[in-house]
Amino acid sequence: MRAKQPTAPHQAIEVLGISKRFGALLAVDNVSFTVKTGEIFGLLGPNGAGKSTLIRMLTTLVPPTSGTAVVAGYDIIQDPDAVRIRIGVIPQNLTSDPELTCAENLGIHARLYGITGARRRERTRELLEAVGLLDRADALASTLSGGMRRRLEIARGLVHDPQILFLDEPTTGLDPASRISVWEMITHLRARQGRTLLLTTHYMDEADRLCDRVAIVDRGRIVALDTPVALKSSVPGASRIEVQFAPDLPHGAADLEALPAVKSVRALGSATYRISSDRGPASAQELVELAREHNLELKSLSVQSTSLDDVFLHYTGHGLAEMPEPAVPAGRTKGGRG
Amino acid sequence: MKRALALVERDMRKFRRSPALLFASLVLPIVQLIILGNAFGGNIKNVTMGVVNLDRGPESVGVLERVRAVGANARTFLPTDYDDEGAALRDLRKGVLSAVLIVPQHYSRDLLERHQPHLALITDNTDRSVAGAVGAQMSDLVASINAPEVPPREPAQAALDVVEVYPYINYIKYLLPGSVALAIFVTAMIGGGLLFIDDKSRGLHEGYMVTPITKWELILGFNLSGVIKAILSGETVLVMGAIVAEVPNFFQPLRVLELTLMVALTSVALIGLMFFIMARISDPLVPRAIFGVLNTLLFFPSGAVYPIAGFPRWLRVMSACDPFTYAVHGLRTLLLKDVGISAVTTDIFALVLTSVLVLSGATLLFRRTL
Repeated sequence: MRAKQPTAPHQAIEVLGISKRFGALLAVDNVSFTVKTGEIFGLLGPNGAGKSTLIRMLTTLVPPTSGTAVVAGYDIIQDPDAVRIRIGVIPQNLTSDPELTCAENLGIHARLYGITGARRRERTRELLEAVGLLDRADALASTLSGGMRRRLEIARGLVHDPQILFLDEPTTGLDPASRISVWEMITHLRARQGRTLLLTTHYMDEADRLCDRVAIVDRGRIVALDTPVALKSSVPGASRIEVQFAPDLPHGAADLEALPAVKSVRALGSATYRISSDRGPASAQELVELAREHNLELKSLSVQSTSLDDVFLHYTGHGLAEMPEPAVPAGRTKGGRG
Repeated sequence: MKRALALVERDMRKFRRSPALLFASLVLPIVQLIILGNAFGGNIKNVTMGVVNLDRGPESVGVLERVRAVGANARTFLPTDYDDEGAALRDLRKGVLSAVLIVPQHYSRDLLERHQPHLALITDNTDRSVAGAVGAQMSDLVASINAPEVPPREPAQAALDVVEVYPYINYIKYLLPGSVALAIFVTAMIGGGLLFIDDKSRGLHEGYMVTPITKWELILGFNLSGVIKAILSGETVLVMGAIVAEVPNFFQPLRVLELTLMVALTSVALIGLMFFIMARISDPLVPRAIFGVLNTLLFFPSGAVYPIAGFPRWLRVMSACDPFTYAVHGLRTLLLKDVGISAVTTDIFALVLTSVLVLSGATLLFRRTL
């Protein structure tokens, strides 16, 4: 079953109504989307949304309950071996062997892809240099910092120069400096002609900064999918303004709703309001004039552009931290929702 | 105190949620009690003994009747008649028999003529407990010939000469095959089972499974690495043990080769068994919990420390199903008896069969996905 599926040449991944059920829990619910060749595609959602299960199905680690996907032109169910040759995976867990050195980890992984001899040594050196670990080539993986270990994992995922790279929560647990280092590396990875990256994350800033397109995943379903810019502009009120008056406005929120660019107003208490506006700076100016008109003091005023946080809140009705963690059936945590 | 009780509560909750630990805590002592309680000090029974009657006179028939009476009642030995002394001795060396009783020519005439004829008992002294039990039973039998319940007017006297077929074998030599098999088993447990589960729980297998490696290559790789470690371990204990126990002629090339084959077959069978048990296990606590039970179930019924002939029937059945038994018997035969590989064909067959069964089962159980 090596027949290549008739997918469009510009599509690296085509997910076709894929679902995964663990007992009573539907971890991934009839998800479909496509990833274009050469793009960085993000799956954004809280822990337990089903991102890791989805990526594990696409990387042939977990069989789908229904549906399928075509990765690098091959069906994940019909021809998983052909898929595995063409993809690189950096799992959420650190899967490099802590009792082996960095070079040994890469060398053994290279052999799993049939890379041997001088080519293996050359590739190991190239990758260690690329991820800044050449001077730690003979250090045990267990002695590396979290950021270094993650860089080693990335190098390992690249050992066979894959067409598509899957990164599951690549910066989870890293300090800010290490996160930035990994981000830079991910940005450089796309430099290879036609390489596609699919990453999962629960960090809004990460998805915003790295991804060409983002799919928002909530409770096993994709609730929105577009470029970060388009997603943000799809939320009513491009800007979010928080303002506090002293004393309060005579008619409260009604005075604010009367302003021209204001889309919605939410009273937060203590004469504080959160306003969604199509034109942030103009609305801020109007708020200053409103305070002067009513002879009120402006205790605070802040204007923020719409973030993916707002997009997530808009599409799911809850923030990332408010996501209720579903109970994963006992004994199925390995392949459980991520 | 309240803080200490918090730790107690934590541990009690974990204890209740770890069935493997509970299993090991409660079952291991019971299994040990039953197995060890029956594996040591039992009466030796059903020892295979060839009987060669070169006399065929009336007194020799009396000896044979007494031997058969023991076989039917006390069952210390199970007599088998041989016409040819040479054939009986060959079977003794092959391990088919554990003893051979020879009634010499003119036994009846010599007995009646008061020439004190000598019965010859040749024992396989690689197992001193068995040889001792047969010797003691035969001494009693000869005493009964010499002192019948109704004494004759002129009592005749027979004598028993016990001949050990191999040079003196002390207990350290007897124990050595079991120690070699145990070294292989411990390596299979730690270097095979424990490492496999630990790597699995640390997510290292996930790293392999996203590569193009096939299910067969994974199974072969895991087992082959375990077998190499087990062979190294078994060979080291074998050589060191043979030197310490002063096994004669140990370094004959053919003998070393035959012993290495037996070590390799044992390694494949025990590593395969471990892989079969661990194929679907993910909890790192499970192998730690069951290894004690496994050790008791496999090592002690194998005849490594006490002869199987001294076990009750149910334990002998268990012993017959235990691959350890064949490993110990094969190694003991090659180490302590001056015989070739043909004497251990049953052991080789049993170990190969075990390997085929457990590896087939493991292949069916092993999943390439998470």
